[in-house]
Amino acid sequence: MSRAYGRLVQAQIRSQTQYRTSFGVDVASCALSTLVEAAVVLVVFRVSPTVGGFGLREVLVMSALAVFAFDLADLLVGNIERLSLYVRKGMLDAILVRPLRVLPQLLATDFALRRIGRVAQSSVLLAVVLVYAAPHWTPARVLMLVLTPIAGCALFAAVFVTGACVAFWFVESGEIANAFTYGGKEFARYPATIYPGLLRRVFGYGVGLALVGYHPALFLTGHADPLGGPDWLAWLSPAVAAFAWLIALLMWRTGIRHYRSTGS
Amino acid sequence: MTATGTMTAIKTETMIEVRDLRKEFTVRRKVGRIRRESRTVAAVDGVALSIARGETVGYIGPNGAGKSTTLKMMTGILTPTSGHVRVCGLEPVPRRRRLAGRIGVVFGQRSQLWWDLPLRESFRLLGFVYAVPRAEHEARLRQCRAMLELDEFMDTPVRQLSLGQRMRGEITAALLHGPDVLFLDEPTIGLDVVSKQSLRAFLAEIGTRGDVTTVLTTHDLADIEHLCRRLIVIDCGQVVHDGTLEALHARYGSRRRVVVDLDEARALDVRMPGVAIEAIEADGRRVTFALDGVPAGELIATIARDGGLRDVSVREPTIEEVVARLYRG
Repeated sequence: MSRAYGRLVQAQIRSQTQYRTSFGVDVASCALSTLVEAAVVLVVFRVSPTVGGFGLREVLVMSALAVFAFDLADLLVGNIERLSLYVRKGMLDAILVRPLRVLPQLLATDFALRRIGRVAQSSVLLAVVLVYAAPHWTPARVLMLVLTPIAGCALFAAVFVTGACVAFWFVESGEIANAFTYGGKEFARYPATIYPGLLRRVFGYGVGLALVGYHPALFLTGHADPLGGPDWLAWLSPAVAAFAWLIALLMWRTGIRHYRSTGS
Repeated sequence: MTATGTMTAIKTETMIEVRDLRKEFTVRRKVGRIRRESRTVAAVDGVALSIARGETVGYIGPNGAGKSTTLKMMTGILTPTSGHVRVCGLEPVPRRRRLAGRIGVVFGQRSQLWWDLPLRESFRLLGFVYAVPRAEHEARLRQCRAMLELDEFMDTPVRQLSLGQRMRGEITAALLHGPDVLFLDEPTIGLDVVSKQSLRAFLAEIGTRGDVTTVLTTHDLADIEHLCRRLIVIDCGQVVHDGTLEALHARYGSRRRVVVDLDEARALDVRMPGVAIEAIEADGRRVTFALDGVPAGELIATIARDGGLRDVSVREPTIEEVVARLYRG
């Protein structure tokens, strides 16, 4: 069965590479966007020596962690935003009459390989930033470095899926989802200290985005949380991601039952 | 109600069982600037039907009658509001994946094929999706290739196929995993005459083999005449007829027609019970009679006795007129 999903991914890659020039341009432009994002952080620090009480070193680490986790999630499940198209045009019918699960089938069918360019860039960026920040490596910190992008990716992926589910109820729903996905990435790149109370509570600890970059970066660089959060908070990211997936799958299940199809 | 009577000789196994099936949609309508009014509409309103293995059933009705909605509930795409559905003994929505392996679906408007890949690749992929044993897959594909003449475009990307070629591909795609039930939603829509005929011939061939149960929705009534012994007509979400085509004609009093061409115009004084003049054309040289249970021979003999009869043709009642009457009623 899992072989079938793999074949679908292969087929999608073959389809995309049929249009070779367009594929190349896509990969290149995706990669470029990561460089621009890194440049933005540097520009901010040219204006101000600290952001939210942190120096360039710490902010670069949280930013690189958040962007890498996001790009990974975007590669794996970002194409779920096409769900609204499937719902609007009734294309989900063809997916539903096959003996495969709907969510993995959609992800495999629409897998966008061009996004791999972005993941490559952001992983290089993360490596460079870590060399520059040069934390004192301990086993716990190495484990944190491995765990954080995985949990962060899972959390962003759950946000992508939950956001896409809105399409089952409201057809023109792309912007609502974007606020949480792309908006969430921007939020996670900067210290939680810069956000006003309510925004911080909702996005940082409600959605859990403070655990994607902020707290792990504090842990890696050996900083105490100026907001008074305990050290072990950074270790909660897998639990938060798991909970987010629970909500995402519940939404998905309800949404599929609510699917109305269209026309004949 | 009637079809089962003719099939008692064969062991009948029910493949599709539907009772009290209902699907409601909420329709929102703007009233005034902001206020919205929502209203519940039943697209399918208490449909009941039972289809045995090997039957080919035409499922017809005007636009918006609930045909597609019923089909989508039978294939696990839509969740019924209430009622009972079993296809291959399975409840479609909870057992969707299991059921998908046992049915084949062709939606005239929606493709199962990979747009940018050659047809051959789509078939190969479907083999993996349905986990079909290689030998079976190849045997079925070989058969479809021969009967539907796919060879000349097996290596063409699907986006470059003509509609007729694509439909042949879609039908093949639906058959490769050896389904027990085939759902065809307007398979001939938009096809030219030749493509329609070859598709019908293929479907008729499948029908005569008797192991596949087929449910066909169409607006082309010739499809029904060629393929379906049984006809289910749905209107406003309810079944209004279920039986043979002949039963439909009998019930709605369809009449055969006799058209006579005369050498020269004259008044035909035919006084027979059950015979009525329906039309007089060509300055009185062509007369059309409608017959209600009267053998045509008797009428023709009567006219021929007076001489001057050039030509005669007998026309069977068309399915179009009886269906048109049904929809209007």
